[in-house]
Amino acid sequence: MTLLLEMRDITKEFPGVKALDQVNLQVREGEIHAICGENGAGKSTLMKVLSGVYPVGSYDGEIHYDGGLAEFKTLRDSEDKGIVIIHQELALVPQLSIAENIFLGNERQTGGVIQWQETFRRTEELLAKVGLRDAPGTLVDSIGVGKQQLVEIAKALSKDVKLLILDEPTAALQENDSRKLLDLMLELKAQGVTCIIISHKLNEVRYVADTVTVIRDGMAVSELDASQGLSEDRIVRDMVGRDMSQRYPDRERRAGEVVMAVKDWNVWHPEHAERQVIKNINFNVRAGEVVGIAGVMGSGRTELAMSIFGQSWGRGISGEVSLHGKPIDVSKVDRAIDAGLAYVTEDRKSLGLILDESIRFNTTLANLNGVSDKGVLNEAEETDVAERYRKALATRTPTVMQKVGNLSGGNQQKVVLAKWLFTEPEVLILDEPTRGIDVGAKYEIYSIINELSAQGKAVVMISSEMPELLGMCDRIYVMNEGAFVGELSAEEASQERIMSLIVSE
Amino acid sequence: MSTQTAETAGQGEAQGLKHYLRNHMREYGLLFALIAIMVFFQAVTGGTLMRPVNITNLFLQNSYVIIMALGMLIVIVSGNIDLSVGSVLGFIGALAAVMIVHWGWSVPLTILACLVVGGLIGAAQGYWVAYWSIPSFIVTLAGMLVFRGASLWLLQGQSVGPFPPGFQMLSTGFVPDLFPREMTAGLAEIAGSRNFNLLAMAVGIVAAVAIVWLGLRERARDKAYGIEGEPANFFWVRNAIVCGALLFLTFKIATFRGLPNVLVTMGVLIIIYAFITQKTVIGRRIYALGGNRKAAKLSGIKTERLTFLAFVNMGVLAALAGLVFAARLNTATPKAGFGMELDVIAAVFIGGASMAGGSGKIVGAVVGAFIMGVMNNGMSIMGIGIDYQQMIKGLVLLAAVIFDVYNKSKQG
Repeated sequence: MTLLLEMRDITKEFPGVKALDQVNLQVREGEIHAICGENGAGKSTLMKVLSGVYPVGSYDGEIHYDGGLAEFKTLRDSEDKGIVIIHQELALVPQLSIAENIFLGNERQTGGVIQWQETFRRTEELLAKVGLRDAPGTLVDSIGVGKQQLVEIAKALSKDVKLLILDEPTAALQENDSRKLLDLMLELKAQGVTCIIISHKLNEVRYVADTVTVIRDGMAVSELDASQGLSEDRIVRDMVGRDMSQRYPDRERRAGEVVMAVKDWNVWHPEHAERQVIKNINFNVRAGEVVGIAGVMGSGRTELAMSIFGQSWGRGISGEVSLHGKPIDVSKVDRAIDAGLAYVTEDRKSLGLILDESIRFNTTLANLNGVSDKGVLNEAEETDVAERYRKALATRTPTVMQKVGNLSGGNQQKVVLAKWLFTEPEVLILDEPTRGIDVGAKYEIYSIINELSAQGKAVVMISSEMPELLGMCDRIYVMNEGAFVGELSAEEASQERIMSLIVSE
Repeated sequence: MSTQTAETAGQGEAQGLKHYLRNHMREYGLLFALIAIMVFFQAVTGGTLMRPVNITNLFLQNSYVIIMALGMLIVIVSGNIDLSVGSVLGFIGALAAVMIVHWGWSVPLTILACLVVGGLIGAAQGYWVAYWSIPSFIVTLAGMLVFRGASLWLLQGQSVGPFPPGFQMLSTGFVPDLFPREMTAGLAEIAGSRNFNLLAMAVGIVAAVAIVWLGLRERARDKAYGIEGEPANFFWVRNAIVCGALLFLTFKIATFRGLPNVLVTMGVLIIIYAFITQKTVIGRRIYALGGNRKAAKLSGIKTERLTFLAFVNMGVLAALAGLVFAARLNTATPKAGFGMELDVIAAVFIGGASMAGGSGKIVGAVVGAFIMGVMNNGMSIMGIGIDYQQMIKGLVLLAAVIFDVYNKSKQG
């Protein structure tokens, strides 16, 4: 097959860092090419070089594309040549319709007047291609993330895309939506579209990729051919530069007394009062136990956690939460914290951290009374506390005065954990604790979780990644459409069992 | 060999200084801007700006803006804005006039009642912002219209005054010197003035010593924790400038009539608010609230109540400013405080607060207010028309914010 794209010896330097060091990338026409690497390895930088975000001249090396030397000065230049990137954070306008979004900046128009008929007709064609049956006039914010991803792809197709680049396309998607998206990629490939996919999820890479390029520390360390079989272990080894025989640290299982029990928990939707989101849920967690909650997106896992944690979500909440057999008041966040609960949110940037402030500021935020006397802060003590957790969690930072916005995802997550550990909780509810962080940092987070449970804390872990639940939990509750549909012990649990419980309802 | 290592070490140090300066450009920039503006106007007004009587006037003229800027900083840090403060100032002045002149209330009772009413006004606005999530811009825009109208109604379109001397003391009074005349007469002779208020000078000296002492204590603590603080030479230069300016100003004041009452009120308030915002739990929580409301709420912070309190506090301070303003004019007019909210908001933004909330300091807001005040005063002495004054002030505000944004983008 002929090469569609060849990037030769690409070197890109930022003040003080070499982000890319003589990277070579060869993408054949009509293939799906996966790029794997840890966060900060240089994947996104490489794609920015390719798409003209970093214009020609700001990097060294050559890009050959579609039979010629490509010198893109702007994103527009590369789009004109049929290179389209779909970013992790979707670039759709929620208040506009699907059709308006697809043709945004590329409107079907005559002399500045939009041709709605044509826009809608073309949109329908494009939506059919990506297998979406929603009306072109549907507002984007009324469809789920999975469908929004498909709209993005339809938008790319509207531009006569030759090379489609997907940056972590399934990061926010559920298992079945992810599968649909990957199948769509395979279909596009059959139609002759070349794809580059950047992904952390190795099972997905294995599913779609013809070739895998692994990048580590700004260098392309290997190119693997799928026809010779791809092993996840091999990819992981190349990504982290060491053997990761184990992706989950060993843990000793020793569940003690029941610490928290939730009884007959019911929650209704805050805006649609008739919709019951959580239906009569009962569960418990023991000291030293890690309990998982599995389920597809929209099954109500986050809503369950947030409604327990100070009624932060929902209305008409009823039910009882007890700690060591005694009912506790969790009607306000501060009361839930005082009672001994902690909730590590799913979205650390918008719900967990104050990005413009320091590690110290964030670490003590949920327990300022612990570092103050009669309402007056003791900054020396604050520094002590922040230092203590920096060391305990091995947060990589020059000082605790560093802004958390400047930290990597894994280190940010450690700061969020530090914040909650400083409240000295008995029960920790972790919502997607490893989302968007790389393999090495994940392992560290798992180790921290194990250490906490070894100290006798009760841990509830919500995750969309089933292998993670299977690797970490002592017990797994399976949730679907707001209700618990099953409970599996670590021995019984498998991906198939969990999926069949979800599907059988 | 050894010279080479010394050189590289020197280079590293120079880089560290540059790095530090870049990260703290804002604070130094603000201080130097104020000094530059003062020096400039001192020169072009032929020395009028820094005459003792004018310095005293500068404080009197700007006291109400500064008092309100303290509350406004907190409101803005919490991620809100209050457009009603000018109207509230006018309304409270009118209310005080009606209470004293028409109803014959005593001065202390009037002051107390006005502060309570100010708090209630803040509460009434804060309630909608905090508990109903109505944008503060809209609620306080409504408040601005309501209280503008209310002061017109209260005064029936007339000016009401004058106030009894006890009330005027709020603004135009001076703290009498504690030291006997015989002691200060000699000093007056040295200073070449008619009298010399030793108390004012003493307060200035104590304040200067306190600033240096607190700064040193902070440095020692940072050092103990290995936190990269201000380089020593920067610290000393900055403190020398600040203390020099402080001593210079108090000397000028001392050679006039001493400490104005309102300066004392203002000084005490500045210290209290700087302390609250930087050193207390509630202050910390306000910054967290403005930095990320959702994250703050999920950390157990009562975000609604804090927002509410920020507005109550603003109302009380606007009321206090209203009393000071009325006392200074010795009459309440329906036009009092017209457009003043913009001066207050401008002062806070010039002082480095961000529109998005979560950042800004009391000291910055005070310096911002002084920059505006010195410009007003200087341009008036020069006889520049109000038309040009407004244009220049507008451009200074824009320049300050552009400087801010530019610095941030440089830091990356």
